[in-house]
Amino acid sequence: MGKNLYEKVFDLHTVQQLPSGNYQVLMGLHLIHEVTSPQAFAMLRERGLDVMHPERTFATVDHIIPTHSQGRPLADPVAEKMMQHVEKNAADFGVTYLGPQTGDQGIVHIVGPEKGLTQPGMTICCGDSHTATHGAFGALAFGIGTSQVFDVLATQTLTLSKLKVRRIEVNGKLSPGVYSKDVILYIIEKLGVKGGVGYAYEFAGEVFEHFSMEDRMTACNMAIEGGARCGYVNPDQITYDYMRGRRYAPKDKCWNKALDYWESVKSDADALYDDCVVFRGEDIEPVVTWGITPGQSTSINGTIPRKADFPGHEQTLIQEAYDYMGFEPGQPIRGTKIDVAFIGSCTNGRISDFESVVELMRGGSFKVAPHVRALVVPGSQAVKAEMIRRGYDQVFSDAGFEFREAGCSMCLAMNPDKLQGREISASSSNRNFKGRQGSPTGRTLLMSPVMVAAAAIEGEVTDARELFSID
Amino acid sequence: MDPKRIKMTGKAISVRGNDVDTDRIIPARYLKCVTFDGLGEHAFEDDRAQLREMGQTHPLDDSRFAEAEILFVNKNFGCGSSREHAPQALMRWGLGIKAIVGESFAEIFFGNCVALGIPCCVVDEATMDELMRENESDARTSFVVDIETREVKGNRRSYPVTIPAGVRQQFIDGRWDMTAELLAARERISATASSLPYFGGWKYTRYG
Repeated sequence: MGKNLYEKVFDLHTVQQLPSGNYQVLMGLHLIHEVTSPQAFAMLRERGLDVMHPERTFATVDHIIPTHSQGRPLADPVAEKMMQHVEKNAADFGVTYLGPQTGDQGIVHIVGPEKGLTQPGMTICCGDSHTATHGAFGALAFGIGTSQVFDVLATQTLTLSKLKVRRIEVNGKLSPGVYSKDVILYIIEKLGVKGGVGYAYEFAGEVFEHFSMEDRMTACNMAIEGGARCGYVNPDQITYDYMRGRRYAPKDKCWNKALDYWESVKSDADALYDDCVVFRGEDIEPVVTWGITPGQSTSINGTIPRKADFPGHEQTLIQEAYDYMGFEPGQPIRGTKIDVAFIGSCTNGRISDFESVVELMRGGSFKVAPHVRALVVPGSQAVKAEMIRRGYDQVFSDAGFEFREAGCSMCLAMNPDKLQGREISASSSNRNFKGRQGSPTGRTLLMSPVMVAAAAIEGEVTDARELFSID
Repeated sequence: MDPKRIKMTGKAISVRGNDVDTDRIIPARYLKCVTFDGLGEHAFEDDRAQLREMGQTHPLDDSRFAEAEILFVNKNFGCGSSREHAPQALMRWGLGIKAIVGESFAEIFFGNCVALGIPCCVVDEATMDELMRENESDARTSFVVDIETREVKGNRRSYPVTIPAGVRQQFIDGRWDMTAELLAARERISATASSLPYFGGWKYTRYG
């Protein structure tokens, strides 16, 4: 009987089964950022331990770094202190630091793939739940807490229990104006934010087979929002083409050796799964969240659902969402006035995300609505440089978007980019939790970058397919 | 402190709601820190403030529950961000939360709690409803979370809880701090590493 990729990669990296029944699993790559690592390094010092594999450990800064200017010292003294901690920890323990001065800085989940650090058949971890992103390459990638960051620094291993695997096939074709972001929001709405607890998600089917690597990253990034600890796509020629020539990707003689390994970890045709779900690409329309979990969404021409449509135990949360968002059941989502538009984040801060918007805006006389504050935040310094090279910065600026430095920005409000009061934001990020974007009463509507751009221009949630004549 | 976590006894507090995410448990602005000290007072800060504004009281602000050490929650508690700051805040709130009983937990949160020695036990919806009612009707009630017998006991009766066998054993043996155990396998770690073509073969060499 065949095996799926999860089983193969898990088994290959298993050091031993522990007396508890869990497994000690070797990590091929450990990514670090400034928020979840300082305490872990402090524990290393306390216990007199070294980083076991500094050559497999890479650090950057993303959460706290301001996007209007990266100039030092940072205006926020606590943020400055956190920067200094990362710099010192990396230097003291021999970890490569992709800091702002190197031109390699960016959101950890954008930097890893873009530098070729993320590779198929690898185990990857980071003190960040969106580590699931790296699964797009056929890697097993886990978000972990700080105590586990310490474990990985000291031992390069992690205690893991074995997950079940659910294969999610999206077959057929996506309609024009429907993107990877819509696909993953649709899947989460269908399977629920708890649907993936206990599972790894294997994304497959014609839609995923045709997706670019960046589309795959967007979908895997949000596996965690569906409750799955990780999500992945089997590696294929699209994966290998993306990897070739990247800085840390295998080269020359190693390339063919790598290809053999990558091909060997793919799910077998007769692999078994604990569960299998099939969707049709044609059924998916542009999706907008209306509530306070990423599962509370509707298609652009849909309405806020009625409480009675949900099981009893979900109804309290639905009511909480109406109250927090100020929405009534039956109200169309389209036409909701927005205050802020944000394009960026580890979900949608890659070059193709900005490209999708620029292609539609170029040549038009589109302008951000006067009452909307619109931010375009590249996911990394490399993405920013490429945008400038292609002239995207000008396109966005001409349309009235602010073009910023690389970082997490308004996805999570640990830097100066925040909502104020009850502002509503159209956001290409991944979480619409209460207070997520920095104001305890701020409201987030998640959608694709193209839908965010359309909302920015119209000043309200709108169908981007009509505004940009997509067909 | 004895690392064994067999029987946790204490007053309880109920935080109702499904899908309570870690941004709500500890808002991101408090992640701007280099130690976990002082996080306790900010647990559920924004939820508390919002209820206060609406003239209501969050359980964490209700003096009747100020001495609680056991937390009752509903489904998918701790979803969202992997921030360990969430359980770190709960274990530093008041007397410190020592055990959590809920209908289900998000996985990363659950793992973070294990690493901190906080057992998370699961009960069904009807049981949680009874536990929360018993707790809210008389905050003085003392509950026992017994990992060995797999039950949670109030004044009225005891209810079965589930906890993964391996994790249960870790708490009983006091082996939830895994680092020493992981480190002891140093030789096996390097054997596994050299068996992997990428670990041993092509190294992270910077090209170009």
